[in-house]
Amino acid sequence: MSKHYSAFTLARHALQPDLPWERAWASPEPKKSYDVVIVGGGGHGLATAYYLARNHGIRNVAVIERNYIGSGNVGRNTTLIRSNYMIGGNTAFFEHSLKLWEGLSHELNFNCMVSQRGQIVLAANPVQMDVFARRGNIMRLNGIDAELLDCGDVMKLLPYLDYSKDARWPVCGAIMQPRAGTVRHDAVAWGYARAASDLGVDIIENCEVTGFVIDEGKVSGIETSRGRINAGKVGIAVAGHTSHVAKMAGLRLPVESHILQAFVTEPIKPIVHHVVSWGAELFYLSQSDKGGLVFGAHIDGFNTYTQRGQFPRIQTVAECAVSLMPFISRLRLLRHWGGIQDMTPDGSPFICRTDVRNLYLNGGWCYQGFKATPASGWTYAHTIAHDEEHELNRCFSLDRFAKGRELDEFGLGNWTYKQ
Amino acid sequence: MIIPCPYCGDRDHSEFRYGGDASKQRPQHGTGDLRAWHDYVFVFDNPKGPHTEYWQHVLGCRRWFRLNRNTATNETGVLA
Repeated sequence: MSKHYSAFTLARHALQPDLPWERAWASPEPKKSYDVVIVGGGGHGLATAYYLARNHGIRNVAVIERNYIGSGNVGRNTTLIRSNYMIGGNTAFFEHSLKLWEGLSHELNFNCMVSQRGQIVLAANPVQMDVFARRGNIMRLNGIDAELLDCGDVMKLLPYLDYSKDARWPVCGAIMQPRAGTVRHDAVAWGYARAASDLGVDIIENCEVTGFVIDEGKVSGIETSRGRINAGKVGIAVAGHTSHVAKMAGLRLPVESHILQAFVTEPIKPIVHHVVSWGAELFYLSQSDKGGLVFGAHIDGFNTYTQRGQFPRIQTVAECAVSLMPFISRLRLLRHWGGIQDMTPDGSPFICRTDVRNLYLNGGWCYQGFKATPASGWTYAHTIAHDEEHELNRCFSLDRFAKGRELDEFGLGNWTYKQ
Repeated sequence: MIIPCPYCGDRDHSEFRYGGDASKQRPQHGTGDLRAWHDYVFVFDNPKGPHTEYWQHVLGCRRWFRLNRNTATNETGVLA
């Protein structure tokens, strides 16, 4: 049991720099058998383990991670949280996630640095404003905050945009979700790991899954680089590598792995006080606490597992940034990196049972994995504990394409990113 | 990433359009087996390793061709 973090412990360690902070989570040897084994120690896997213990009293749980905690996509995203979704099946789920974010630091006794600075999505023409008005109305009917801003409002909030006549994309207005914002992503992984470990969950790092033990269509354990681990139930949460791992269990999925690049500039003084998004190329930008501008846009466009992006995409994203905010044209990029994400036909995820009994799937997160982390873990834990989907993730099933129940948030049909 | 176009030779991938998995077999025209169509349209092997795929040289000769590429390294091999 790790010690409770508080202002008092912080002060004590500040006054006694030699006093070591104790490890935040235990590092046990894997047991022979668990009630539930979660494959993947990222944000979603750790959150699932935490909510299994916290909400459902299932504490004989192991999280198996190939690398170290926080080494995957939970540390490779751009840290945005929001719930500005429009269609049934998405709205309630992502709003539940945002509500869990709002209380997460207290819940986990770990400062996740949740910053609800607001997200502003810019419109470049009146038609886009009509679309935003419809989205905002639907959000408000679902109890989600949304505000429509005209050009004057936007000028007050974002005075640094290009409002000139020569602007490549004139700013017509925007839709804002004030409760959206950013979270420190590493802290989410560490916070969930520590809280889950405190509740008795075994977090096993540097342990790669090599196979599933399946008899007569029912899973009873996994093979790992550290031997066989028996399990009553197994949950997969390895988004990015979902197809790769699910294949070991004989599953073929509606998923392709694609690379999404992200960028950080050299640090500058605080100027961007919101998350600013833009329709063109799915561009979005925020400023980190260290001062760097963090931004990203569309995927590269062909399936790959290499975490290396292509140069033409870097140029396109930089062009987006500069056409929107000309003042950053002389800033240098400090870092850029790529994360591998599951892309699904309709752009929506899977949190569901599979054709193999007692084997569950969490994946297909497309662009939206990080913001979904708390609700994903919360609903996945329910799905595993009850062998049935929760009302919030009932639409995230694998058979929705066969049944004609796609969750097409963009409203553009299947495989939008291939069009 | 450099892609070897069978007509124009080695060119940057930004000149090309990606056309997806070329190993899939389209169901026979008129097939009423919805499961076969579902799998053809929606389900992918998505391997981490060798992959055969379609590309079109849209900013060049506009030819469609098959290419072998390793999705774990992006190394392109011979034309398939």
